[in-house]
Amino acid sequence: MNFLPLDLVVSGAILWIVLGVAGLAARNHATLVRNAIFPAGALIGGLIALSAFFAHGTETMISPLGLPGLHFHLRLDSLSSVFLFLLGAVSVGISIYSAGYFRNEKSPGLLCLEYHFFLASMVFVLLADDAFLFMVSWEAMALSSYLLVTTDHRIGEIRSAGFLYLLMAHVGAIAILLSFATMGGDYSFDGMRFAHLSELQATFAFLLAFFGFGAKAGMLPLHVWLPEAHPAAPSPVSALMSGVMLKTAIYGMLRVVFDLLSVQSWWWGVLILGLGLVTALFGAVFSAVQSDMKRLLAYSSMENIGIILTGFGLAVVFRAFSMNSLAALALVATLYHGVNHAFFKSLLFLCTGSVLHATGERNLGRLGGLIHRMPWVAWSALIGSLAIAGIPPLNGFVSEWLLLQAFLFTPGLPHSYLNMLIPVVAAALVLTGAAAGYVMVKFFGIVFLGQPREEKLKSAHSAGKWERAGLLWLVAGVVLLGLAPSFVIGRLSEVCEFLVGSSLAPDRRDWLFLAPISPERASYSPLLFLVVTLSAIGLAFLLVRRFYHGRMRRGIAWGCGYPFRTSRMQDTSEGFGQPIRQIFEPFFRIERELPSPFDSAPRYRGATGDRIWSWIYLPLGRATEFLAALFGKIQQGRILVYLLYNFVTLMILLLIVQ
Amino acid sequence: MSAFGIFTQILQLLLTVLLAPFLLGWVNQCRAWLQNRKGAGIEQPYRKLGKLFHKDAVIAENASSLFRMAPYIIFGAMCLAAAIVPTLATDLSFSAAADAIALVGIFALARIFISLAAMDIGTAFGGMGARREMLVGFLAEPALLMVLFTASLISRSTSLTVIVETLAHRHFELYPSMAFASLSFLMVLLAENARIPVDNPASHLELTMIHEAMILEYSARHLALIEWASSIKLFAYVSIGIALFAPWGIAQASDWLGIAFALPILIAKLLIAGMGLALIETLMAKQRIFRAPEFMGTAFLFGVLGMLVHFLLGA
Repeated sequence: MNFLPLDLVVSGAILWIVLGVAGLAARNHATLVRNAIFPAGALIGGLIALSAFFAHGTETMISPLGLPGLHFHLRLDSLSSVFLFLLGAVSVGISIYSAGYFRNEKSPGLLCLEYHFFLASMVFVLLADDAFLFMVSWEAMALSSYLLVTTDHRIGEIRSAGFLYLLMAHVGAIAILLSFATMGGDYSFDGMRFAHLSELQATFAFLLAFFGFGAKAGMLPLHVWLPEAHPAAPSPVSALMSGVMLKTAIYGMLRVVFDLLSVQSWWWGVLILGLGLVTALFGAVFSAVQSDMKRLLAYSSMENIGIILTGFGLAVVFRAFSMNSLAALALVATLYHGVNHAFFKSLLFLCTGSVLHATGERNLGRLGGLIHRMPWVAWSALIGSLAIAGIPPLNGFVSEWLLLQAFLFTPGLPHSYLNMLIPVVAAALVLTGAAAGYVMVKFFGIVFLGQPREEKLKSAHSAGKWERAGLLWLVAGVVLLGLAPSFVIGRLSEVCEFLVGSSLAPDRRDWLFLAPISPERASYSPLLFLVVTLSAIGLAFLLVRRFYHGRMRRGIAWGCGYPFRTSRMQDTSEGFGQPIRQIFEPFFRIERELPSPFDSAPRYRGATGDRIWSWIYLPLGRATEFLAALFGKIQQGRILVYLLYNFVTLMILLLIVQ
Repeated sequence: MSAFGIFTQILQLLLTVLLAPFLLGWVNQCRAWLQNRKGAGIEQPYRKLGKLFHKDAVIAENASSLFRMAPYIIFGAMCLAAAIVPTLATDLSFSAAADAIALVGIFALARIFISLAAMDIGTAFGGMGARREMLVGFLAEPALLMVLFTASLISRSTSLTVIVETLAHRHFELYPSMAFASLSFLMVLLAENARIPVDNPASHLELTMIHEAMILEYSARHLALIEWASSIKLFAYVSIGIALFAPWGIAQASDWLGIAFALPILIAKLLIAGMGLALIETLMAKQRIFRAPEFMGTAFLFGVLGMLVHFLLGA
C-alpha cells in the first residue's frame, strides 16, 4: 500500500492522541511516560514534519467521521504543509525537552494526554477543509491549551490567567464561526472558495475572521491574554503556544484572506498592515520594560506576530493591485518569519524553562551569572537571542531582510497615499527590529551574565540530557534556517504560486546567494558571510597569538577603584528598561509611589501597566456587570415569578401571531 | 567573482584595517591643533595598540568565555564591515554577500557583543554603559538604515556597490532627500562612534561614559582589539559617508590605473572628513546623557524625512 503524505500526517495525529491516552493509562509509571512516551511523540513530530516537507500538490480526504451528511473533509495543500512542517519540526525539539522537563511532575499522565491532544488538534486545524472540522479542532486546541496553561491550577494567579485566555479564545472562536457563516455555502471550504459574495458580505467575513484569528494571534487590542497565559503555563507549553499555536491563527488568516475570500480590496491589507505594525511596536516597547522573563518573551511574541502581520498586510496590498511577484516576496517574508519565530521563540521559552527549573525564579531581578552554572542553556539562549534580534547570519535576519526588501520595492504602488505611508511603516518596522535587539541584550545579559543576584543561584544546576537535546535541535533549526535561505524559499515557492499566483523562483543553482528579485537589486549570502566572519575572527586570534602572546591572569574586577562591590550594584531589569519607559511614556500606565525626603521608612513602588486595560477591557467589564445587574433584577429566584414571565411572554407571542 | 575583484577586496580590507588607526590619530591631531595643543602625532594610536598588545591581559575572576571571545568577534565584525563598504573600488567580490541592510546587521552584531561583554563582569558601570549603548543603538541603527534606504531608493538597489556606482555617475546636484539623509547620517556617525556631543572619547568621568564604561574591564590585547575595532568602525562610517555623499573618484573599472588614482583621492577625502570631525568636536559641547535620545530621535526623523522627500519629489 502506498502511503500518501496526507495519510501519514493524519495517522501521525491519531498516534499522538493514542500516545496521550497511553500516557494517561500509564500515569502511575512516571518514568515510562517521560522516557518513552514523550520521545515517541517527538518521533511522530518528525514524521509529520517530513511528510509535510515532501508533500507536493493538493491531496484531499473525506473521513468517515463527522455529522450525518457532513463528513469531515481533510485537505493537505502547500499552505497547510508549510505550517504542518513548522508544527512537526518544532514539536520534535519541545517533546524531547519535555521528556526531561517534567521530571518533578508526580503524575505526568494527565499532562501527557493534554499535551499530545493539543498537538493533534493543531494538526487537524491545519488539515481541516470544512468549517465544522475546523471549529471542532480549533475548540479542541483552545481547551487542551487552557488545561495545559492551568497545570498549576492551585495558584490563583494562574487560574485567572487561564480564565482570561479561555474567554478571549472563545470571543475569537465566535467571530471565526460567524465569519464562516457569512461565507455560507455548505460549510465546506470548497463551497466558500467558489461562493459569490457581495462586497459587503466579503468585507464582513474578512473583518470577523481577521479579529477572530487576531484574538488567538495576540493582535492589539485583543492581546491581553497573551502576557498572562504564557508565563502561567509550564515552559514547554509556553514554547508550543507561542511558537506554534499563534501560527495557526496566522494560518487561518492566510487561508481565509487569500484562499477562501481571494483578496477583494486593498484596504484589507492596509488594516492588517496598520494593526500589525502597532502590535509590533507595542510588543517591542512593552517587552523592554518587563521584569518577568517569560512575560518579556510573551510581549516579544506579540512583536513578532506584529511583524508577521505587517508582511501579510503588505502581501495583501500587492495582491489587491495584482502586483503578484511583489506579493510573493512579502508572503515569503511572512511565512519565513513565521517559521523562524517558531524556532527561536520556542528555543528561548525552553531556556527560561531550564532556568526556572534550576533556580525557581522567573523574576529577572533575582537572576544573573547563570552562564557559569548552565553553559548549555546560556549558549543556546544566546543563539536564540541573536536570531530574534535579527543579527546576521542567523534566521531572524533573513526574514527581516526579505520584508525590508519588499518595502523598498513599493514605490510602484498605484496609490499615492499608500506610497507615502510605506516609508513611515518601514521606519517603524526598523525601529521595532532595533528594539528587539535592546530587549534581547536585556534578557540575556541580566539572566545569564554578571554576578548571581541571589545566594541560591550559586547552586543552580545545568539542564539534563533530554533538555539539552531538545535545545540543540532548535538551535540547529535556527542556524540552518539562517544559512540556507535559498533552499527554504525554493520550498515556499509552491505556496506563493497557490496563494498569489506568482513565486520568487530563485535560481536553484545559486545555492550560495539569495537574490529575491535580481542580483543587482539585492543579494545576500549568509554562508559566505559566516565563513568570512569566522575566518576574520580566527585570523585575528592566530595573528595575535603569533606576533604577541596569550598570557593572561585573573584578578578582581576593577570597577573604577571602588572597594566595596556587591552583586546588588548591577543594573536591574527595571533599570535596563528605564530609558525605553521614559521615551515611550505615553504608551504606559505608570503608577509610582515615591518616598518624600522625610520618610523614616521610605518605600518605593513603581508599576508599569497596559493602557488598553483601562481603555477597553475595564469599561467593557463594568458594562457587562451593569447589564448583568439589570438582568439580575428580573431574576427573583421564585418559581412563581418565572411562571409569570412565561405566561406574559406567551400572551405577547399570541398577540403578535394574531 | 573575478580574480581582480578578489584582489581589490583583499587590498581594500587590508588598507582599511591598517589605515583605520591613522584616521583616528589624524582626528585627534587636528583636535589638538584646534585646541592650541601640540598633539601626540598621528601615529599615536599605533603606538598605543603596540603597547597594549605587549602587555599581559588581566581578566576579572568571574569573567566568562563570552567576555574573552567578544573582542575577537567585534574585531571580525568590523573587518567585515570595512570589507563591504566600497572605498577604493566598486569591484568588490564580497559585497554581493552582504548588502546595506546586512551592513547595519554587522554593526548591530558588534554592538550586542560589546554590550553583553560589558554586562558579563557585573559591575555597576558595565551594565550602565551597556544600557546606554543599546539605547543609542536602538535609535541610531534605524536612522542609519533610513539613510541607506534613501540611497537605495535612488539607485533602486540595496547592494552597496550598485548604490555607489549609481551615485558616482550622477551629476553634481543638490538632492533634497540626500540633504536630509546627510544630516541624519552625520548625527548617527557622531553617536555611533562615541563622539561629542553624545559621548566623549576622552572622558574620564565614569558617570557620563558610554563606550569607555563598557570596556573598563578590558586590558592588554583584548582592549587593543576593541580599540582597533572602534577605529575601524569610525573609518567604516566615514567611508559610508564618502561613498554616499561624495563618491566621485572611486575606481569603477577593473584596472590598476583606476585604483592608483582612487587611492590619493580617498586619502584626501579622509583627511578632509577627519578635519571636519575634529572641528565639530571642538565647536560642540557634550550633551547631558538624558538628551541623547532626543538627539538620536532627531537623527531618525531626519532619516525618515529624507525618505519621504524622495517619495514626494522623486529625487
